[in-house]
Amino acid sequence: MIKMTNISKSFSGNQVLKNVQFSLEPGEIHALMGENGAGKSTLMKILTGIYSRDSGTVEVKGKEVHFTSPKQAEDAGIAVIHQELNILPHLSITDNMFLGNEETFGRSGIIKTKTMEQKTKKALLDLGLDIDPAAPASSLSVGQQQIVEIAKALAVEAEVIVMDEPTAALTDREIDTLFATIRELQGRGVSFIYISHRMEEIFSLCDRITILRDGEYVGDKRIAETSFEEIVQMMVGRELGERFPQRNAAIGDVKLAVKGLSRKDCFEDVSFEIRRGEVLSIAGLMGAGRTEVAQSIFGYKKADSGSVEFDGRAVKIRNPKQAKELGIGYITEDRKSEGLIVDFTVEENVSLTNFSAISKNGLISKKKERSLYDSMVKRLGIRTSGPEQTAKSLSGGNQQKVVIAKWLGIAPELLILDEPTRGVDVGAKKEIYSIINELAERGVAILMISSELPEVIGMADRVLVMHEGKVAADLPKAEMTQERIMHFAAGGGNHEVKEQ
Amino acid sequence: MKLKNSNQSLLQKIGPFIGLIVIVLIFSILEPGFLSMNNLLNVLRQVSFNALIAFGMTFVILTGGIDLSVGSILALTGAVSAGLIASGIDPIFAMLAGLLLGAILGAVNGFIIAKGKVAPFIATLATMTIYRGLTLVYTEGRPISGLGDNAAFQMLGKGYFFGIPVPVVTMLISFGILYFILKKTTFGRRVYAVGGNEEASILSGINTDRIKIYVYSLTGLLSALAALMLTSRLNSAQRRQVKCSNLMRLQLSSSAAPA
Repeated sequence: MIKMTNISKSFSGNQVLKNVQFSLEPGEIHALMGENGAGKSTLMKILTGIYSRDSGTVEVKGKEVHFTSPKQAEDAGIAVIHQELNILPHLSITDNMFLGNEETFGRSGIIKTKTMEQKTKKALLDLGLDIDPAAPASSLSVGQQQIVEIAKALAVEAEVIVMDEPTAALTDREIDTLFATIRELQGRGVSFIYISHRMEEIFSLCDRITILRDGEYVGDKRIAETSFEEIVQMMVGRELGERFPQRNAAIGDVKLAVKGLSRKDCFEDVSFEIRRGEVLSIAGLMGAGRTEVAQSIFGYKKADSGSVEFDGRAVKIRNPKQAKELGIGYITEDRKSEGLIVDFTVEENVSLTNFSAISKNGLISKKKERSLYDSMVKRLGIRTSGPEQTAKSLSGGNQQKVVIAKWLGIAPELLILDEPTRGVDVGAKKEIYSIINELAERGVAILMISSELPEVIGMADRVLVMHEGKVAADLPKAEMTQERIMHFAAGGGNHEVKEQ
Repeated sequence: MKLKNSNQSLLQKIGPFIGLIVIVLIFSILEPGFLSMNNLLNVLRQVSFNALIAFGMTFVILTGGIDLSVGSILALTGAVSAGLIASGIDPIFAMLAGLLLGAILGAVNGFIIAKGKVAPFIATLATMTIYRGLTLVYTEGRPISGLGDNAAFQMLGKGYFFGIPVPVVTMLISFGILYFILKKTTFGRRVYAVGGNEEASILSGINTDRIKIYVYSLTGLLSALAALMLTSRLNSAQRRQVKCSNLMRLQLSSSAAPA
C-alpha cells in the first residue's frame, strides 16, 4: 500500500530522520512508536506532503509520489486525523463533514443543506453514531468528534488513515467504540497508521509495529511475535554516554511537601516531597496529569483538595504571583504560548519576572535592566544578536534559555521545569542539564517533568511515575530503569515488573 | 523605540503621516487661510478632545481590548459635572467629581472584563448603552446650561496659555505623562505584556486582572477630562454629545490612534 525507503530529513542542519523505512500493507493497522522527538510526526508529515523529503522514496500502491500538499495526499487516498481535531465547534456536524467540499446547486453557491444532512446522517450511522446532523459540533463528545473526523476521511474515499494519538482525550468507553470502528473499517480494507504511546492499545489493536528512535529506523515486528519488554527495549535502548554532566549536590531539608493533592478529572491524591538540592522528576505519558500538578503547585490552576507545605509551613498559593514571592519558578511546557512574549525583545522577556529588581517606585531603571540581561546572557550562554533581538527570532534552545533566565533572576528556591529540553538540540540540552545541576548544587529544589526517559534517568535523584492522574510509583535512583518507568507509566501493575 | 515590530515596513510606520501631509497640502491649496496660525490652533483645539480619549484607548488596545463606551462616559461625566456646577456646588469640586466618576465608570468596565471574563467588545457595548441611558435619566433629555463664570472651569475649554488654547496644552501635557508611563514604568511594560501574551504574563506573576482594570479606569478618566473641556468650551452639557455619529467618530479616531 505504502512503502517509504531511506527517508532522510534535516532542519537547519539538525538531522531528524536518517534513512528511515516504513511500509504499510493493505487492510493493516500499523503502529508507529518512538519517544518524543524520535521522528514519528516528521515521517508522517513527509508522507502527507507537509514536508518535503531530503532523500529517499515514497511509493503509494507501487507508484512513486511527490506530494507537495496534504490535499494531494488526500486525493491519493491518505487522510490524517490530527491529535488536535479539526472540528469547528460552532458549525453543524454536517458543515464540518463537508467543509471545503460543500455540495451546491450547480455553481450557484447555494448549499444543498438537505442532501448533505442526509449523507452525513447515513455516513455516521454507518459508523454506529446516531445523531442529528444539524446539531452543532460542540454538542459532540471528543470521541464522537473523532468518529466525525473518520467519516470525513471516508467521505473523500481515504484508503489509509493516519491517526495521531487518537485516544489521548478519550474515556475508556469511547476508546472501545473507536477501536470497534477501526476494526470494522479494517474489515472493509481500510489501512491505519496508528501513532500512540499507549502500549496496551497497540497490543489490543494493531497488527504490526514500526519503531523509531532518534530519527532512525530500529525495526518492525508483528505484534503477535513481540512482547511489551521487547518494544520498550527497542524504543529506549541507547547509551547514556556523556550526555548528562555530573552533579555533586548535597541533599538537604524538605523544601516542598505536597499531600493528597487532587483535581477532578486531572489528578488524584498526589503526594510527594522535594528536598533542597534534590532533582525530582515526574515521568508519565502525555495526559497523565503531570503538568496539571505543577500548575496547581504554582497557583495557576487550583486544586480541589490537598495541601502544600513550603519550608515546613502550610501555604495556600492562589496565583503565580504568590508562588513567585515564595521563591518558586515555573518553566512552562510550551515556551511560545506560556513562557515568552514572542514579540518582546530578549531583554524585556528576562525583565518580565524581575520588575522588583530592576525598578524603583514603578520606574524601570534602564541600567539595571541591561545589567540583569547581561549577567543572564553570560551565565546561561544565550546566543543573541543583542538585547533588542525579538524572542521569536531565536532558536528553540536559546528561547528555552531565555525562559530559564526569567526565573533565575528571582533566585528561586524551588524551580519547576516542564519538559525543559523539548524541541531543543543536543548541544543546548546538555547546557540546560548543566544549569539544572548548578542550581541543585546551590541548594535549589528541582521538580523536572519529562517525557524523555534517558533525561529522567540521567538527571533525577528520584522519579515519580504518574499514570492517569495517580502516582503509580516513586522510584529512587537505584531502581530507575527505562523499562520500569515505562511499565508503570503505561499502567502496568507491580506484579508484572521484570528486572532487566 | 523598543517593542518595535521588525517586519513592519517603513511605509507602514510613516503611512499616517504621509496621509496627514497630503490632506494639509490639499486644504492649503483649496483654502489659503488653512495654514494660518489661527486656524491651525483651532484645529488643534478641536482635535484635543478626541486625542485625550485616543490616548486612553491606546492603553486599552495595547492590552488587546477595546472600549466602546468612551463616548457614553464622556456624556455622562460631562452632564454630572455640569449638573453639579449648575446646582451651585464649587466648580473645582464638581470637576474632580466628574474625573472620579469617569475613572469609576472605566473601572466598572475593567472589572466586568477582567473578573467577569466578558469580551471587551461585548462588555463595553453593554456599558455604552447603560451609561448613555443614565445620562438621559440624569439630564431628563435637556441640555444643562448656566454654568457660571468660575475662572478655572472657563479656562479649561476656552482659555489661552501664552496664546495656545488650554485644551491643546492639556493634551500635550497628558501626552507627555502617558508616554512616560507607557515607556518608562513597570506599569507600561505590563500593559504591553498583557497584550503580547496574557497567559505568559500570568505565569510570570503579573496580576493581569489588575492591569486591565487600571487601563479601563485610565480611559474613563481621560474621557471625563475630555468631557470637562468640552463642557467648558460649549458652556453646556448636552445629551447630544452622545449622538451616534459623535460616538462613531470618537471610536474610529481612537481605534486608529495606536496604528
